[in-house]
Amino acid sequence: MRKIRPILWVPLLAFLGIAIAFAVQLAQPDDRAIHSAMVGKSVPVFALPAALPDRPGLASTDLANGQPHLVNIFASWCIPCRAEAGPLAELARRGIPIDGIAVRDRPEDLAAFLAQYGDPFRTIGADNDRRVQLTLGSAGVPETFVVDGNGVIRHQHIGAIMEQDIPAIVAAWEAAR
Amino acid sequence: MIAEGGLAALWLAAAMSLLQLYLGAAAARASAEAIDLRPVCVVAVAQGTLAAIAFGLLILCFLRTDLSVALVAANSHSAKPWLYKFAGAWGNHEGSMLLWVTVMAVAGAAVALFERRLATRTLSATLAAQAAIGLGFYGFLLFASNPFNRLNPAPVEGNGLNPLLQDPGLAFHPPTLYFGYVGISIAFSFAVGALLTRDVGPVFARAMRPWVLAAWIFLTIGITAGSYWAYYELGWGGWWFWDPVENASLMPWLAATALLHSVTVLATRDGLRAWTIMLAVVAFSMSMIGTFLVRSGILTSVHAFAVDPRRGAFILGLLVIYIGGALTLYALRVSTVKEGSRFDLFSREGALVVNNLLLSVILGVVFVGTLYPLITEALGAKISVGPPYFNQAAGPVALLLAAIMGMGPLMRWRRDSVRALLNRYAVPILISAASLLLAVLFAPDAGVLPLVGLALAPGVAAASVAPMWKRNLRRTPLFTWGMVIAHLGVAVSLGGMAASTAFNKETLTALRPGQTTHVGPFEVRFESVAPVAGPNWTAMEARLTARRNGTGAPVALAPQSRMFSAPPTPTTEASIRTFIDGQLYTNVGESDEMGRWQIRLWWKPMVTLIWLGGALIAFGGVLSLLGRVLRERKAAGGRARAPGADAIPAGGEALA
Repeated sequence: MRKIRPILWVPLLAFLGIAIAFAVQLAQPDDRAIHSAMVGKSVPVFALPAALPDRPGLASTDLANGQPHLVNIFASWCIPCRAEAGPLAELARRGIPIDGIAVRDRPEDLAAFLAQYGDPFRTIGADNDRRVQLTLGSAGVPETFVVDGNGVIRHQHIGAIMEQDIPAIVAAWEAAR
Repeated sequence: MIAEGGLAALWLAAAMSLLQLYLGAAAARASAEAIDLRPVCVVAVAQGTLAAIAFGLLILCFLRTDLSVALVAANSHSAKPWLYKFAGAWGNHEGSMLLWVTVMAVAGAAVALFERRLATRTLSATLAAQAAIGLGFYGFLLFASNPFNRLNPAPVEGNGLNPLLQDPGLAFHPPTLYFGYVGISIAFSFAVGALLTRDVGPVFARAMRPWVLAAWIFLTIGITAGSYWAYYELGWGGWWFWDPVENASLMPWLAATALLHSVTVLATRDGLRAWTIMLAVVAFSMSMIGTFLVRSGILTSVHAFAVDPRRGAFILGLLVIYIGGALTLYALRVSTVKEGSRFDLFSREGALVVNNLLLSVILGVVFVGTLYPLITEALGAKISVGPPYFNQAAGPVALLLAAIMGMGPLMRWRRDSVRALLNRYAVPILISAASLLLAVLFAPDAGVLPLVGLALAPGVAAASVAPMWKRNLRRTPLFTWGMVIAHLGVAVSLGGMAASTAFNKETLTALRPGQTTHVGPFEVRFESVAPVAGPNWTAMEARLTARRNGTGAPVALAPQSRMFSAPPTPTTEASIRTFIDGQLYTNVGESDEMGRWQIRLWWKPMVTLIWLGGALIAFGGVLSLLGRVLRERKAAGGRARAPGADAIPAGGEALA
């Protein structure tokens, strides 16, 4: 055999590199959730009108008032939103301020929904064309953001908040103080 | 008993592949006089037959809707039309993997039966290599994806087949694609066999070429058919989505196309030895990597049936063994293969080298684009790579490639002069310049790529048929016809892509019955909606009448918004009418509370040329293959009469 030519080993090394990348990827737990690119950034400027006559709407300036907030994106037509009503009420009971963004909703449906499943919200903004939801980087309902006192998004929870999610949400809220 | 019979046949086939590996390896070590190829060939044929029997029995389970078989229960339904019961056998992970090993085994059997040119030692090493790859995939089927698993108790009804797959396309697209996609394993085994016996040369190249050509034809047909299927079935009106699986079929095609051209240089001029071997290894490696990407679930795709990390780990293991093994062998052995004869860069060989380089660049672009999301995800960012990247990165290279393609066949082997070439190329250049002028005039804001495509296509078409100029057409060999037609197909397809992109017209409206709208040159009237029902679906059908320029003959269109019963899934069935100069493509969506229906219309000029071109490319391949085989026969007959009669004049060997 003649002398070894290093360039001939390049394809093998390149392939092994790719194989290692594959193996790393396989070993990682499957994570299909796509998190918002807005986490760690200030909430975009918005001002939503009130969704119900009995309480104010929601603007981005309300969120930067020195207090951390939970911003819950929900809708009366959203079935999983019913499931998270209990845990949300529990969070409100612990003194966490919860602001709502109602997506593509009607006032009468919204009022009936809150009357039936409970009402933890301080304010509810009406996001009738989903524009604010999208600028927050939320792809569906329900989703919940933890926003700190400077209006910076600290945490995003995708899907309904269940009993077992409460400690994580509280911890994120505490961390944002 | 049918399922048990299938499983038994599968185990026996696996045992045969082990035996084939042993016999082939033993024969490859024996001295040249002592080799007896018969045992290994018999075993290879037996393996192919057993795998085909196992596959046939799985189809039988599906045809009879034997719901005690887990795979049938999960993917079939008694109310499904028989064609989809039949084709549903491979519309799932396990069944398609069985089709995979069947194609591999049948291809191996075909080599054992028909390959007579290759040196016997190389042939036995090739059969051993083919058995070695087969063995791993038998293991994968039997231990990680058994298609014959029973269910106890058997369910009363099956889950049904994904409605998107309930289309005649399912009966044709996957098998043809697999024959190419997996059939290219023959090239891989040839390369491994030749590396083992250090037998790389013109004889080897001539032996390998028909096999590569056959797999490439199937791959071309499969990709073209898949593109058309996606176009009309998915209802988005696009013909290529850069989906990971489309890329997984495109990458072996790019490598096989490059291989087809480099093997010609090897056969004719005894050049590009190491490179040809590399391409043969890469082509099937791309098939295996593609399968891994899709079946491991690490990339999301419309073709992902089963997402199971254990399966992914199994296939990854096979990848490392086979690709890693072949590349190690390559690194160790290829330096002992003498590099072939030299040639001038400005020659037909040179053009073929440039063709290979450009194809490799496109392959690299597609490969990187497909894997990039994996790499960034490992670094913590989730991104997806879409058409903007692929079109911008691969498009210009592909256009350059098309231009070179027109030039190549007009060049002489060994050495050519720029001046002589310019003379031969004058007419195509003029045609391209004229069509560029027209394109800029009529579609000034079509974008650079479509404009250049529009300009190139007619010129390349002219250059492609130029080799026939002043030739005696009846005496022109069939494989030269094949090359000319395949190249013409590329130009036709390019023209279709460019024209349909540049002149595409789209209208999205909400209409009440009785209203009219416009798309391109058509005036379309929305007549009515009516409910219709099929064997396992119900639908709302919109009835539309289109008239060209508002006065032409009425053309009826009836797009549907379908609801399948098992599994309950909505689909949109596009209604498409083909005209001589394009297609009218319509979709109907949902109605709003005011009684208006969402109607989407496209006018896609010249879009059919894309698939017509694909069909021409494949047809060119068929002619070329036929030409080679017929000539082989003749030469064999001639050899029997007069030794030396098959000596091929150096210039007569044209492109495959």
